[in-house]
Amino acid sequence: MTKKTGQLVTPALAILSALLISTLFIRLSGQDPTMIFSKMVRSTIGSSYGTGQVVFRLTTLILSGLAVAIPFKLRLFNIGAEGQLLMGAFAAAITGSLIPETLSPALAIALCILSAMAAGGCWGLLAGVLKMQFGVNEVIATIMLNFIAQGITGYLLTWHFALPSTVHTAPIRSASGIPSIESLTGWFANSPANLSLLFSIAAALLFQIILFRTRFGYEMRAAGLQPEAARHAGINAGMHTLIAMGTGGAVAGLGAANIILGYKHYYESGMTGGIGFTGIAVALLAGANPVWIICTALFFSSLEYGGLTVNAWVPKDIFMIIEAMTILLVISFSALEKQFLNR
Amino acid sequence: MGVAIRLNGVTKKFGTFAANNNISLAVEEGTIHALVGENGAGKSTLTNIIYGMLRPTSGEIAIKGNAVRFSSPREAINAGIGMVHQHFMLIPELTVAENIMLGNEECRLFSRIPLKRIRAQIEKDAEAFGLGINPDEKVAQLSVGRQQRVEILKLLFRNASIMIFDEPTAVLTPSETEQFFTTLRSMRDKGKTILLITHKLDEVLAVADTVSVMRKGELIGTLKAASATKPELARMMVGRSVLLKVDNPPSQSGKTLLSLRNLGFITPKGETMLDHLSLDLSAGEIYAIAGVEGNGQRELLQVIRGLAPAGSTLSGEATLRGCSLIGKTPREITRMGVSHIPENRLREGIILDYPVSSNLIFGRHQERSFHKGAGFDDAAIKSHNRMMIKEYDIRCSSPELQPISALSGGNQQKVVVAREFNRPGISLLILAHPTRGVDIGAIEMIHKKIIDARMQGVAILLLSSELEEIVALATRVGCLFKGSIRHEFSRDEVALKRADEHEFIKEIGLHIT
Repeated sequence: MTKKTGQLVTPALAILSALLISTLFIRLSGQDPTMIFSKMVRSTIGSSYGTGQVVFRLTTLILSGLAVAIPFKLRLFNIGAEGQLLMGAFAAAITGSLIPETLSPALAIALCILSAMAAGGCWGLLAGVLKMQFGVNEVIATIMLNFIAQGITGYLLTWHFALPSTVHTAPIRSASGIPSIESLTGWFANSPANLSLLFSIAAALLFQIILFRTRFGYEMRAAGLQPEAARHAGINAGMHTLIAMGTGGAVAGLGAANIILGYKHYYESGMTGGIGFTGIAVALLAGANPVWIICTALFFSSLEYGGLTVNAWVPKDIFMIIEAMTILLVISFSALEKQFLNR
Repeated sequence: MGVAIRLNGVTKKFGTFAANNNISLAVEEGTIHALVGENGAGKSTLTNIIYGMLRPTSGEIAIKGNAVRFSSPREAINAGIGMVHQHFMLIPELTVAENIMLGNEECRLFSRIPLKRIRAQIEKDAEAFGLGINPDEKVAQLSVGRQQRVEILKLLFRNASIMIFDEPTAVLTPSETEQFFTTLRSMRDKGKTILLITHKLDEVLAVADTVSVMRKGELIGTLKAASATKPELARMMVGRSVLLKVDNPPSQSGKTLLSLRNLGFITPKGETMLDHLSLDLSAGEIYAIAGVEGNGQRELLQVIRGLAPAGSTLSGEATLRGCSLIGKTPREITRMGVSHIPENRLREGIILDYPVSSNLIFGRHQERSFHKGAGFDDAAIKSHNRMMIKEYDIRCSSPELQPISALSGGNQQKVVVAREFNRPGISLLILAHPTRGVDIGAIEMIHKKIIDARMQGVAILLLSSELEEIVALATRVGCLFKGSIRHEFSRDEVALKRADEHEFIKEIGLHIT
């Protein structure tokens, strides 16, 4: 087995064994796995509404996967995608509700997205600065910043921005809404899928090119692989740390375009639902490769929505087990593969 | 005397590649048997087989006449085999005695360790072989030479009768090497069998009784050390005759380029590493710095390269063509025409996961000629790399795909040398251990390129722990001791003394210890 085929076979084997184990779990919970799986398939890719739901989740998940993957190239573990997304979502909702009614849609959307990315980016950058200036481990910094982001958005919402007797902000101006895919093509009727999907896919492709085709990516990967060697080669590794954390945060913030501008049109507490943490799994499973992230994000979003559709028969906890187990299996399998190749 | 280790037709294959091919060898009991060969010749594989870390694909092994099939080092240890690895397997936080008894505490899990008896045993062994050491000292506080003693004591404590040493002198100073050889001889005289893996031919001739030469996975021959000569062994190792000493024609020095005046360096922890160090380096000469590791070499490099860690205190002057280097970033210094081969190739010189082609431009990726848009001009890089690969004889199958980690140490170093020696506008070349861990064949080539660069008027600062290398290449020699140049051999002195290499090395040795 060569290294290249190993990269494909190992995750596939891991997912397969995870599915086998989940079959066992479904069986143990007293249900017929074939029935459950066929129901899942029918209600996701089998229906146009279901596919739309998966696409909606996919859109944010690609971005939160990238938010973890980009710093990961520098061996920085960004646990903070959730907080960065929260800050971005809040910023987008507020900007969207404050801009003048007369603004053209293109400008309005651009403004909202920029404010979301700026808010998320600052939140990521803050963790980078804490690391560079004070040596705070980025894992601890981003976890803490998640709590702080929760606190800030929660406070601002409840005390300043929530509409009376609701738990959400004022709706954004209609100019800053991103059109749904249905309104243009008629696909995915009634589902929240919207054109933000294009941003996500463009972002993944863009980062693939930046990482592997540009001098910037060449320097950044080198600084991540061997910081000492990078220093000797005149690469400013510290600057790369800041850029990577800032970019990761900005990409997480971009997820707000999907949730706020494309779907909800206002900010409401708890709307990110831990998607920033699922991003960690997405990035790890893809080996932090941007294009692979599209695939793994698709896997996780199908699983998540599929799990929801069979909730009446199998508790969604079972699907949480499957998700987590897939990650564990991928990590263990790649360790096994290394041993196998070195034998 | 019987045969301690007998190998019969041992073959080890990794996939289709035979790392060891049909090796048959007998190591006599009570002798020092050296195993020499270039990097990648299969020495390590063979010793790992003997030590039970790898299982041979085919062939038989007998230890003291008994056929064995080890499936783990534990079994080899029980059969009386011990090994000292190139990188020591010690736990710095534990004391000498604790390290030695580790894994052999001779008591049950929760009962008291018989420390007194163990300590007495260690002291007895230490005295018998001249390995004076304090059993209660923490290993972290020991010099490398003393750490090696701990490794040897570990083997003695386990009653190993066959001892394998993997490149044991790579980390030792000349005087530590001498002491180590004395220990080896006394262990042999008390009946121990010693298998010595090395690529330093002088050492083999000095200490070994028998020499076996390996090349490309095959055993080329075994001969008595007393009747062997260095050129003969080198020829067997490389497969052609090798010029052991580079042709070093007299030099023409030009203007002073690099000037260090009263350079001082205090680490963030407060240790003084450089102390009023002064030297001048002119175009077209090689200034070699001889010294035992840890006398300020690393810090000197850091100052000249702009890599001094934050929090260290610098004093004095370091100027290149009158321009101060202190406070400049590595990239700015590089732009002034400075090129360097870093001390630790694997950590500082290359990116192991990058393909050979990306490594050939690593650190030079800022040069315009390689650019196209925001990315690289693949065609320009390809043609540049093809030239380098040809000129420096870098052996790799496909430079665009093969990661550099798949290359042998010598070829990796050739990549670094090719890259650094060909920087446009280079005027100062800093070489830290340019041939460490490199095969004789590649050493020959690298030495030639160093002399070539000097002839073209490049100023070269050479730091090396190999005194032979210093004697062969230097125009002037500075002896570094405790952070300053304690003695300097002038151009005329060096030219004169080079004739008697051994005397010169001894003389340098006196100034650095």
